[in-house]
Amino acid sequence: MEENTNKPGLFEKGGKLWFLHSTIDAFDTFLRVPATVTSRGAHVRDAIDIKRVMIMVVIALVPAAIFGMWNVGYQHDLFNGDLPGLFDKFWFGLLKVLPLFVVSYVVGLGIEFASAQIKGEEVNEGYLVTGFLIPLIVPVDTPLWMVAVAVAFAVIFGKEVFGGTGMNFLNPALLTRAFLFFSYPSKMSGDQVWINGLPDGVSGATPLTHMLDHSGDVATGLENMPSVSDLVIGTIPGSVGETSIIAIALGAILLLWTGIASWKIMLSSVIGALLVGWLGNVFGVTNVPAYYQLLLGGFAFGTVFMATDPVTSAQTECGKWIYGFFIGALCVVVRLFNPGYAEGMMLAILLMNTFAPLIDYVVTSRAASARAKKGQIA
Amino acid sequence: MSNIINLKRGLDIPISGVAAQITGKRIVPDIVAVKPTDFKGFAPRLLVREGDKVLAGSPVLADKQRPSILVTSPVSGVVTEIVRGEKRKLLEVRIKADKEQMAVDFGGKGVGSMTAEEIKDLLLKSGLWVAFIQRPYGIVADPEASPKAIFISAFSTAPLAADTDFTLKDDLAAIQTAVEALAKLTKGGVHFSIRGETSSSSPFHKVENVIQHVISGKHPAGNVGIQIANISPIKKGETVWTVSLLMLAAIGRLLNTGKLDLSRKVAVTGPLAKDPCYVDAFPGMPMSAIADKVDTEKGAVRYISGDALTGTNVGENGSLGFFDDQVTLLHEGTERELLGWAKPFRTSQFSSSKAYFSWLFPRKKYAMDTNMHGGLRAFVVSDVYSKVLPVDIFPIYLIKACLAGDIDKMEKFGIYELLPEDLALCEFVDPSKNDIQSILQDGINLMIKEMA
Repeated sequence: MEENTNKPGLFEKGGKLWFLHSTIDAFDTFLRVPATVTSRGAHVRDAIDIKRVMIMVVIALVPAAIFGMWNVGYQHDLFNGDLPGLFDKFWFGLLKVLPLFVVSYVVGLGIEFASAQIKGEEVNEGYLVTGFLIPLIVPVDTPLWMVAVAVAFAVIFGKEVFGGTGMNFLNPALLTRAFLFFSYPSKMSGDQVWINGLPDGVSGATPLTHMLDHSGDVATGLENMPSVSDLVIGTIPGSVGETSIIAIALGAILLLWTGIASWKIMLSSVIGALLVGWLGNVFGVTNVPAYYQLLLGGFAFGTVFMATDPVTSAQTECGKWIYGFFIGALCVVVRLFNPGYAEGMMLAILLMNTFAPLIDYVVTSRAASARAKKGQIA
Repeated sequence: MSNIINLKRGLDIPISGVAAQITGKRIVPDIVAVKPTDFKGFAPRLLVREGDKVLAGSPVLADKQRPSILVTSPVSGVVTEIVRGEKRKLLEVRIKADKEQMAVDFGGKGVGSMTAEEIKDLLLKSGLWVAFIQRPYGIVADPEASPKAIFISAFSTAPLAADTDFTLKDDLAAIQTAVEALAKLTKGGVHFSIRGETSSSSPFHKVENVIQHVISGKHPAGNVGIQIANISPIKKGETVWTVSLLMLAAIGRLLNTGKLDLSRKVAVTGPLAKDPCYVDAFPGMPMSAIADKVDTEKGAVRYISGDALTGTNVGENGSLGFFDDQVTLLHEGTERELLGWAKPFRTSQFSSSKAYFSWLFPRKKYAMDTNMHGGLRAFVVSDVYSKVLPVDIFPIYLIKACLAGDIDKMEKFGIYELLPEDLALCEFVDPSKNDIQSILQDGINLMIKEMA
């Protein structure tokens, strides 16, 4: 290990390329487990590390990504009829979606590496997940420069200014989407953006748009919905990765089994959405049954992959129930009562991200005072 | 009276090298080290010089603030060396033991007729007062204080820990004597926790005149701090004392015979221990005395006095700590595993997380080493820590409060209840690889400074 004690190595402190050490270190530890041994505290440590945690989430996202690519081709084929085979559709979608991945990772990781270098810290793996999420939650035709600008905004102002992964309070992938949505609404909503190759004058709206009939006739919402089987399989227009309940469920199984995502958040979010969906149904706001709320739009994807982000969700176990419930409930409230904006999941999660610390504060304070009152026996 | 507590949360770390219940050899004292660093909250003043003759029980160190608290020599012999570190910090007093061992006779007239003051005096003079650890903060107890209660854990659940049912089975009478004495030092009674899984076969369920608790569960169920938190949580302003069973036996022997006898069975454990078993030894035993039990073929060895989670890395030339009855021998894991985190199976590594597959082999033991298995990160995941901490507090909130140095929050999140050893498992499972124990210790040190 002792190479030359007089002269620092190229990437060591004092070396010529010291300014690149975080980058070198990131690639080095990516390939090989670092040789660091425990110096204080427990002498043995669990084999798990953040790299493993993050790669599990990425693996969980793969089914949704693959289905999403195929669905891009499928939706294109519906209107153009030029992609006959299964592989043709997938390949078409891959070529459309891959640039989104490249832009998301190049811009995001570039900023991550630079800020790690500035702070003199190791590069955090958190962006591996964020960078994978972003292409899956935007329409396939989102211009790449918009994605780049939004990623830069979200990573710098949503994460790095707070100290990087683990310190941010808003989910950076959703912040990217929110930035796109409010900055370039014409590319992020409406009935023209969801399908590649949509002919002029044809509506390619997502089923969510039909939730509220704009004529005010609540009875027609359900008639315009695709079948439940289409919604579950995911052969509908939408953001790239959000449409297939089956693909998302595969990811959910992995996340729940490994314990990386909280089942409490997922379950309470479903409960919240069903409750408000049911109330909306009972009081005649819509004629769409409550369970449709789980299948439509970004609800499933958001519940499984975004609401459960361990950094920005509530940290306490009791808080997770409250946090998840309000995400599901608020999502459906936005869907039912805001005719201008069909999708509520993004705003519901971002809003609850900001409230998560408050929820935790209340939960921990109550627990501390309850513990102070606990009986004396000694 | 017995109180049954079943702790659900915890983790038994499956590390290989458990000591067989045989006594491999008897180690004859040669050079014995007295280490002031073993005693928290104890500022040492040296009472001997090189060349002084001492008996077992002769004072070697005194506390600067509370001079009645002494540390005494475990053996009779001659002080050969005083080892100092940076800024002349006193590290060790080395004593060359005599062939014939002689001990100071402190006398004794039977516990029944002794008053609390007489018991305190005897323990202070003999150097066994340091066995009383005060909570909060885990420092040597103040002889003037009157604790709410005294807590004793009669078992350890730490990885590869010495089995007290084996090591102390002959000391039942001494332990009984000691608890009678302790009962006079507190109004709250002596709380004595035995292990639920072995409560009927353990010799210690026969100990009388104690408030018995039967505690079952995985590690850290055997930690006295976890037991206190589940029996009667420590509140602000309260003080309790704890004594380990090992020290309780020494106190009992002192009261019965009038002589200091710190000898003990020490478990030599760990993946690099050859034929792991017990040895008859004493505090301050040099690691060289067990050199024949160390497997040095695989490279650098870490010598730990204590267990793999909370022990002290003493090095090849170090010695056994005052409170320890275990040596753990681990491989220094400096090898760089290629694509370690990305390998799907990685069956030679243990993880409590289902992101690896060690849950498929619940009985497998792992030859763990000292590699960190990852780089330092900010806290990311939130629910792994409380799964290994059977106390209703929020460990990461406490740790973040310690990092911030925020006294109010440290109080709110339970700084009075826990010592670093109680959060050792949180540190083990942490994917972000934070040194949780030392962060908590820094928080405790800040509390001691600010609340003094």
